[in-house]
Amino acid sequence: MLSTRPRLRATLLRILQAFPVVVGVVVISFVLTRALPGDPAVYFAGASADQESIEQVRVAMGLDKPILQQFVIYIGDLLQGDLGQSLSTGRPVAVDLANRLPASLELTLTALLLAIVIAVPLGVLAATRPGSWVDHLCRVVVTAGVSLPTFFTGILLIYILYYLLGVAPSPLGRLDFIYLSPEHITGFYLIDAALVGDWETWWGAAKQLMLPAVTMALFTLAPIARMTRAAMLSALSADFIRTAKAAGLSNRKVLYSYAFRNALLPVVTTLGMVFSFALGANVLVEKVFAWPGIGSYAVEALVVSDYAAVQGFVLTMALLFVALNLCIDLLYTAIDPRIGFLSQ
Amino acid sequence: MTDTAISPDVKQQGRFDHIFYVLRSNPVTLIAFVMLGLILFCAIFGPTLAPYDPLLTNAPNALQPPSLEHWFGTDNVGRDVFSRVIVATRLDLTISVAAVAISFVVGSILGSAAGYWGGWLDIVLNRILDTIMAFPLFVLAMGIVAALGNTVENIIYATAIINMPFYARLVRAEVNIRRDAGYARAAKLAGNSDLRVLAMHIFPNALPPMMVQVSLNLGWAILNAAGLSFIGLGVRPPTPEWGIMVAEGANFIVSGEWWLAVFPGLWLMMAVFTFNLLGDGLRDMVDPRKRT
Repeated sequence: MLSTRPRLRATLLRILQAFPVVVGVVVISFVLTRALPGDPAVYFAGASADQESIEQVRVAMGLDKPILQQFVIYIGDLLQGDLGQSLSTGRPVAVDLANRLPASLELTLTALLLAIVIAVPLGVLAATRPGSWVDHLCRVVVTAGVSLPTFFTGILLIYILYYLLGVAPSPLGRLDFIYLSPEHITGFYLIDAALVGDWETWWGAAKQLMLPAVTMALFTLAPIARMTRAAMLSALSADFIRTAKAAGLSNRKVLYSYAFRNALLPVVTTLGMVFSFALGANVLVEKVFAWPGIGSYAVEALVVSDYAAVQGFVLTMALLFVALNLCIDLLYTAIDPRIGFLSQ
Repeated sequence: MTDTAISPDVKQQGRFDHIFYVLRSNPVTLIAFVMLGLILFCAIFGPTLAPYDPLLTNAPNALQPPSLEHWFGTDNVGRDVFSRVIVATRLDLTISVAAVAISFVVGSILGSAAGYWGGWLDIVLNRILDTIMAFPLFVLAMGIVAALGNTVENIIYATAIINMPFYARLVRAEVNIRRDAGYARAAKLAGNSDLRVLAMHIFPNALPPMMVQVSLNLGWAILNAAGLSFIGLGVRPPTPEWGIMVAEGANFIVSGEWWLAVFPGLWLMMAVFTFNLLGDGLRDMVDPRKRT
């Protein structure tokens, strides 16, 4: 069956290819949890522990076993969704992360959407009108965008829009205290509020989300705009565009269904890299805006040396990123029918 | 014989001409070089340039807005922000330069070996690089610093590790396409060892694109290091460092004391911007085709 359906075959093959990466990610995060400074048993036993209780902790944590056996135990725990216990919250790390993940995803995805909506038209316009003010604007945005420290942009926006102009709400979390958080359905406040039809809360959540999302979008805009411009320029200089123009097709048709569709491929590839940056920037933006996502959770855990929480966070982020790259590659096959045959 | 004696000279002159030509036609790169000079000057002479002691507290003089005495104002314990920003240049630059240097050296060695000999070495290296790249890089750096311990050296190692794949891949590609080139074979036949051919005949070809990568990477490394110290890793207060200064200043931004966070942030931005411009400029010199 697979040999007759090359596309399905390519898709399955790509999913299979993700496995070694997942294994690698798990190995690295295991090494990170075992590379704690000094003796982890001493650390987890606490400051006032004597030799005997340290030994007890060592046995309880399985640190007395050979490293390979420890790795097998670690994998077993992971398969059961056990990322260890957080020292600071006292709850399992997996539960904490699951509670806070929607907040991070809502922020990151909104920001990416915002960035795409602005950057792609900007890149297309810059490529179709080289030398115009749009082109110059695009160049400035691209160069400035990669030089902006996200945390600094966030603070600057807070100062201008909250302190000076007073148009933005105070940068403290997902919802002002005058609103009740919407009923938990998906964990995304915007979606939950819309589902129950509570538009006042929806607006409140949207207002809180705006500033952090814009901060992150400014950061992610640059690579997308740069790639769109470059891809459009090379697509527009291709022979088939000249042919299409010579054949008398309308400008709009040539631009959108011929050039843009071809330019979309490298742009989608860039999105994977941009998402990696966005997940990193997420940590900084969440700290600036006191956003209760997994990034600020990790930062709080770092401050009190809560290692299980930090490593759980690193692993979650990596798995999220692997999953997203997989989605992008699959999307790629959907956009470009040739890919399925080429990557056999 | 005379030919070989003259040609390096001519080539050298041609290259300088090209550099001057590019600089003249692209004043932005010239500005970047001037800014780089300023940054290096601050890094080297920072402590002597600073008008005040960056650690000297002066409580009655706290939270003063920028004035002629304190160009960038004073912070919440009365320290001079300008002095702190200038003095911090050295630390931030040291962290990023050290990190980039480590990833340059390690990446070059691994990438050359994998590109030249190929085989299982190549496969293993590629797998490892893929795995590193599978992490969101800033997050991986956080994890590494958390695991190794919260010190400045570990910030450097973490930044070096997350930068390393870019160099290793670049070198691997450059070496790989040249390992069977005529001059490499000739050098081999003339009795040079593999290592010598690799180091003296093939690797130098990878240097120009590497230089571009270094420059672009330095900006990124500074951003990364500042980001890590912004979330409380590595550098500890009261050490002057841009990321930590922005983090401390962030607490005062909602009450309107903007100078605490804005000046270190702007300085940081300027440094990153300089390296990015420089990278773009170097790329124009090295590879005119990739000009944007």
